[in-house]
Amino acid sequence: MSTLDTPMAPSEGGKPRTVATQTIWALRWRRFRAHRTGVASLVVLALLVVFCLMAGPLEAWRGVDATQTDLFKRYQPISAEHWLGTDDAGRDVLARLMYGGQVSLLVGLLATIIGGVFGVSLGLLAGYYGGRLDNALMRLTDGMIALPLLPLLIVLGAVDLTKLGFSAEAAHSQSVAFWRIILIIALVDWTAIARIVRAATLSVKERDYVSASRGSGANALYIMARHILPNTITPIIVAFTLTVGRVILFESVLSFLGFGIVPPTPSWGNMLNNAQELVTTAPALAIYPGLLIFVTVIAVNFLGDAMQHAFDPRSEK
Amino acid sequence: MASFITRRLLQTFVVLLVMSFVVYGLMGLMPGDPVDIMAASQPGMTPEVMANLRAIYGLDQPLMVRYVRWLMAVLSGDFGFSRTHARPVLEVLTPALLQTCKLMLASFTLSVILSLILGIVSALKPGGWIDGFVSLFAFAGISVPIFWLALVLILTFAVGLQWLPASGMGQVGNFGFWDQVRHLTLPVLALTLANTGQFTRYVRAAMIETLQMDFVRTARAKGVGSWRIILVHALRNAMVPFVTIMALSFGSLFSGALVTETMFAQMGMGKMIYDSILSNDFNLALIGLLFATFTTLMANLLADLAYVALDPRIRLE
Repeated sequence: MSTLDTPMAPSEGGKPRTVATQTIWALRWRRFRAHRTGVASLVVLALLVVFCLMAGPLEAWRGVDATQTDLFKRYQPISAEHWLGTDDAGRDVLARLMYGGQVSLLVGLLATIIGGVFGVSLGLLAGYYGGRLDNALMRLTDGMIALPLLPLLIVLGAVDLTKLGFSAEAAHSQSVAFWRIILIIALVDWTAIARIVRAATLSVKERDYVSASRGSGANALYIMARHILPNTITPIIVAFTLTVGRVILFESVLSFLGFGIVPPTPSWGNMLNNAQELVTTAPALAIYPGLLIFVTVIAVNFLGDAMQHAFDPRSEK
Repeated sequence: MASFITRRLLQTFVVLLVMSFVVYGLMGLMPGDPVDIMAASQPGMTPEVMANLRAIYGLDQPLMVRYVRWLMAVLSGDFGFSRTHARPVLEVLTPALLQTCKLMLASFTLSVILSLILGIVSALKPGGWIDGFVSLFAFAGISVPIFWLALVLILTFAVGLQWLPASGMGQVGNFGFWDQVRHLTLPVLALTLANTGQFTRYVRAAMIETLQMDFVRTARAKGVGSWRIILVHALRNAMVPFVTIMALSFGSLFSGALVTETMFAQMGMGKMIYDSILSNDFNLALIGLLFATFTTLMANLLADLAYVALDPRIRLE
């Protein structure tokens, strides 16, 4: 960043004039830093990631085991051994929160990336080629947006994988449940990204440099990858960020309802599976996982909002 | 106009038809089939009897044949029989629908009123401290997992303060109006808080944009009262994008209703769909899901018609 702030010569106002060699990303980063909520969100998210990644080391250091059940130690209060107490099976709540966070965040990221790649491709194709293809793809998107997603996700989550040719063992394994929730969320949550990319593509493809590239013989794939995608990257980043928040909410509610991450693997959603019991026996346990989801998603949303402002040359701040 | 409505109705019909096929296919992938479930309660059933039963019910036919047969029955008004309720699907659906209407209508109305007030107030001074608070509230609404919000409300108002019942729709033998209101208060509150966030952000954005328009300046120059400018001149124009968002949010409102009803044990459509999938009640789940889809599609159509009513510049062809 040093080149940015190097004064060349004092201007009339006494303010140092800066070199004009900064990259667009340096400029965006500077604008982003001016957003207090955005920076705060980034810090909060970084802390959350560190918190979740500390699960293993902290577990070893504290000498607890997140998977160790002990029915004689159910619902223990906060103690030196169990910093946040124990749950209905006598497991350490803090360790489970940390591991659950890894799962919830990973599902959020992976489902967004998979759905996002699909949405970006669809938006690019619709925007670039236009006409019939555009019409068909956008009808598909509109239809998808109109659906009540949660009931649909529940049905998708309830599908018996043995009927699709999986072995009974595979169908009930933890890793299949993990990938299944990622894929079903990705399957429905690509619409926002597709629409944004399409709109951006429509405006970029009319620019002179695209015509020039086409004139010099570049094929469609090259133009999309070399010219259109880089010039629509900022709305894509914002849309990806906001999608991560939505996906984490979807994962949590599906796991909570019993159609997502299956126990014993913890996720912030399925830790509330027995919420009705928790409300009367251990209210604090009903608060922690939800609070973590809430803080994560609100930070993600504030981050997305701040980036939107920072990336938009027309916004004042 | 008439041709527009006809075309949209036709589109809606096509989407519904596609959805019905997809959902019908998915139902076939649920664990077990109707004969398996029968066999579970009658251990003496031999494989030959089971095969015979499958043949009688047509379960041995290919998917397409079964689907067409089911579709013909539905189109002739036969929605099938609910396994768990031991009654025709329609008889189970109607009271559930009524219950969901109460919940959704109440919270939708409240959300709209609340978001209009909050959105307008914060748009008057963007960046001011009121705007800051409203924006925090709106982000919180978007980011909160609704099942956890419901849990927190139960913890606070039902378990802690003991002001309101935590679940159910009314005491047996006491289905009086106030009793119903008492039981609906927390579900409506949860759904309203979660919805208002999104709505408020749209009202605010639309109002800020319209308040900068030329006709607002003209009105001000002519000496029109400031409240009249806000409520008549600006609001009416800001309503155009807002109405679309309201209609498009119908699907997510329904998803929210599913969670809220499950949390507060309200026998509405959402809980009915959820329960029917859990208990392999295929006929009920199928009709419930398709009905929810149909309603959402209709809401979208209404939004397009509302466009014309609100903005004479838009003409539909």
